Amino acid sequence: MMHLVELKQVSKSYDKNVQVLHSIDLQIEEGEFFVLVGPSGSGKSTLLRMIAGLESLSGGELKIQGRLVNHLPPKERHLSMVFQNYALYPHLTVEQNILFGLSAKKVNKQEQQKRLQEAVSMMGLGDLLKRKPKQLSGGQRQRVALARSVISQEPLCLMDEPLSNLDAKLRAHMRTEIRRLQKKLGLTMIYVTHDQVEAMTMGDRIMVLNEGEIQQIGKPIDLYNQPANLFVASFIGSPRMNLGLAVINQNQLIIEDTIKLSITNQDIPKIIKRSGITIGIRAEHLVYATQEEANLHLDVVNVEQLGNETLLTFEVGSQLWTAKWLGQWLINAGERIPLKINLDHISFFDSQSGQIMQTATASQDLKVVAL
Amino acid sequence: MKQVALPYQEHEHKGLLKALKLQRMASFSKGMLFLLPSIILFSVFLFYPLGRTLYLSFFLTNSSGQTTVFVGLENYMNIFNSPIFLKSLQSTLLFVLYTVPGTILVSLFLAIIANEKLKGVGLFRTMYASTMGISTAAASVFWLFLFHPSIGWLNQLLKLLGADAIGWLTNPDWALFSVSIATIWMNSGFTFLILLGGLQSIDQYLYESANIDGAGYFYKLRRITLPMLSPTLFFVITVSFINAFQTFGQIDMLTRGGPQNETNLIVYSIYQDAFMNYQFGTASAQAMILFFIILILTLIQFKLGERKVHYQ
Amino acid sequence: MTIPLRTKIILYTLLVLAALIMFAPLLITFMMSFMSGQEIMMGNMIPTSFSLENYVAVFQRFPLVRYLLNSLVMSLLIMTGQLIISSLAAYAFVFIEFKGRDLIFFLFIATMMVPFEASVIPNFHTIRDLNWLNSYQGLALPFFAMAFGTFLLRQNFKQIPKELKEASQIAGIGDLKFFLTVVLPVAKTSLLTLGVYGFLTSWNMYLWPLLTTTDDRFRTVQIGLRQLQSQEQLNEWGVIMAGAIIVVIPTLMILFLGQKRLQQGLTEGALK
Repeated sequence: MMHLVELKQVSKSYDKNVQVLHSIDLQIEEGEFFVLVGPSGSGKSTLLRMIAGLESLSGGELKIQGRLVNHLPPKERHLSMVFQNYALYPHLTVEQNILFGLSAKKVNKQEQQKRLQEAVSMMGLGDLLKRKPKQLSGGQRQRVALARSVISQEPLCLMDEPLSNLDAKLRAHMRTEIRRLQKKLGLTMIYVTHDQVEAMTMGDRIMVLNEGEIQQIGKPIDLYNQPANLFVASFIGSPRMNLGLAVINQNQLIIEDTIKLSITNQDIPKIIKRSGITIGIRAEHLVYATQEEANLHLDVVNVEQLGNETLLTFEVGSQLWTAKWLGQWLINAGERIPLKINLDHISFFDSQSGQIMQTATASQDLKVVAL
Repeated sequence: MKQVALPYQEHEHKGLLKALKLQRMASFSKGMLFLLPSIILFSVFLFYPLGRTLYLSFFLTNSSGQTTVFVGLENYMNIFNSPIFLKSLQSTLLFVLYTVPGTILVSLFLAIIANEKLKGVGLFRTMYASTMGISTAAASVFWLFLFHPSIGWLNQLLKLLGADAIGWLTNPDWALFSVSIATIWMNSGFTFLILLGGLQSIDQYLYESANIDGAGYFYKLRRITLPMLSPTLFFVITVSFINAFQTFGQIDMLTRGGPQNETNLIVYSIYQDAFMNYQFGTASAQAMILFFIILILTLIQFKLGERKVHYQ
Repeated sequence: MTIPLRTKIILYTLLVLAALIMFAPLLITFMMSFMSGQEIMMGNMIPTSFSLENYVAVFQRFPLVRYLLNSLVMSLLIMTGQLIISSLAAYAFVFIEFKGRDLIFFLFIATMMVPFEASVIPNFHTIRDLNWLNSYQGLALPFFAMAFGTFLLRQNFKQIPKELKEASQIAGIGDLKFFLTVVLPVAKTSLLTLGVYGFLTSWNMYLWPLLTTTDDRFRTVQIGLRQLQSQEQLNEWGVIMAGAIIVVIPTLMILFLGQKRLQQGLTEGALK
């Protein structure tokens, strides 16, 4: 079967010694919304720019629609791109900006106008056509950039952090708008962001990249529930996963020298190591318990009231753990709270390699609601 | 699996390399195409003539500029033994010594007083910058009149003060000084404009925070303005040096190198040797000396400027 | 920020005094140009009568219109040539990556170290051998390539986000079209600055026109002024002054209009 975009052992290095991308293997399917996420310097933008043809490959193969395109200039790769700063031509009006690329492709005037009308009504830019980019708000500029990308009618659209210049509220709105647009037009999208919320909410599939290496590729939920390593575990999800060093001593799991949970061999079928373990537990799995049910007690160091939920910070050895509870909890810092952790919510990682040893078993029970 | 796929990949790889090479060639020729007009013109009107000047400086020439006899370094020896050239070199250095500090101090003063946000300051700025729009020839006419021995304003002013008239351009003791005054006036417009630009690009917060600390005017001038202006100052000093060494027009208009060769600056000397006496060989030797002086000044600017510009 | 009154008074005094001194030569010449020769010879400082006699005389006795026209044509030619050639070169330095670019850039820097006077003799011979003495192309062509202008524009082009170029690449817009339809319009204020600067310096050029024009049909106004000054009798000061005023009017007007831009542009080019 043909993949729309296919990378085989793609690598990138500058001056032959600074390796920014190591042997990337990746397939992106038609109609997919694919998100490249990672911290700054992870190489995600470089990878996108290599797909676009703005940077050359140092090694490996890049295929688009089954065609080897390593050597092809951007215009022959049949794609469109939206830049972080929108890259609108400051001296042209909105209309001229949107149409700028079409005349280069020798699309005739009638067709241009037809496509313009479509794009403009889709983006709600009707009143702005005669304005210059300077006279537009951030969100409007973003829409113009989208319209310019849409109007090219290329099957593949690349986006490089397109929302990072917008304020939080607008960003949330544009997330849905871009997502809707992509579905409606059946575009294949490769979307770069450093924001894991964006990645989680928008992507059909996500690739997490760190220091030029693939950490994990998968569906958002899978990345959340079954992180492949400590990096993904702490990168995906907000608040981040609570982590702690642990050892297994006879029938006890001892975390950060402070928490002792009793554990049976059935609970740890796959764990081969007894020490050098890092455990992880999501904030929503650190739950309140009555004194009788509680299997640990922790001191609250901070309470954040979000209205619909309450974030509590606890001190656990050298770590600060966060719990997320639905509703409003009137708790003061300094109080000692009875809590409960289910062992099947704990993920076990190898402290040295960071790799997963055993994912939280509860997440494999398909608690994901599917309609 | 990989082993099997390899031959196919290798074949494709070769094609890729070829395509990449072609691309590199294409962007090279595109770049060169954009640069070609500049390169051709620089070659014809700058690099070739520079080499030709060096070449000519080793020869005697006829009146149309054709080389006749190879004389090696004799032209250089001759000019360094010629009292006229030595005098010219001395005058040039003296002239530079007068005009560079003069221009910088005058322009800096003007820029500092015109930098404050006062009502009508724009008019003053325009007035101070105006000499930039006045050509050497026209400025020379202005000063020719001011320097006029009997009806010129300067001597009339002296008369009002009860002093003796001065032969500004005719007295060998005064001529170089007078030409320097006129030159300072002519060059101050451009220098003022650049310095004002430098002053205005200094971050206002620096002054505001100094004001909060209760710093006085001269303290701020010494500790903020001048240090922050140093790259600009450095630039205008170098440009002033180079301009001073290249001075020609006002000499030709005001004194024609006289009296007694007092104002026979190096470019005027080159002009006379080459285009009045048709001694292209010695003129070229002098031109090479001018070239080296300016080369060294520019190199100093680049070397020091590189460090100084990154002051922030 | 408010300035105390005392400081204000001192500043205004200094500003006015400095303005009087700096503007005096121009002002005196301006006044003289309306005086009769007799009045000037008597050493009057303030004109008692106002006459346009000198202006009429200078136009009648000299082909001043022709000189002005020559200067205009030459300056416009140089200005246009510099704009085209500098912007092309600056574009290559900013937007096209190729091997050897740094070397060529160094070559451009090197040209700044060569004073025109060091190459003026062979240049004169070149123009003479091309039979271009007394021609506009002979006056203008040697000044078309300009390192300073290239640097100034390069500085400005570098501020254009590189994403604009990349977006064009993806849309399939070639370098020439990108240069003409995006870079030039976006950088038009810098081009204007450079144009004004180029026009001013060409209009005021002295040595080269002196060497290469011997014919009134091509002589520029600066050299015309030199002729005027050396040919007129001593008692014709008024006429010479009128000529000088006419010569400076165009450049002063351009300077007054473009001063602010020029200041910004030149500071930018000088320091970055």
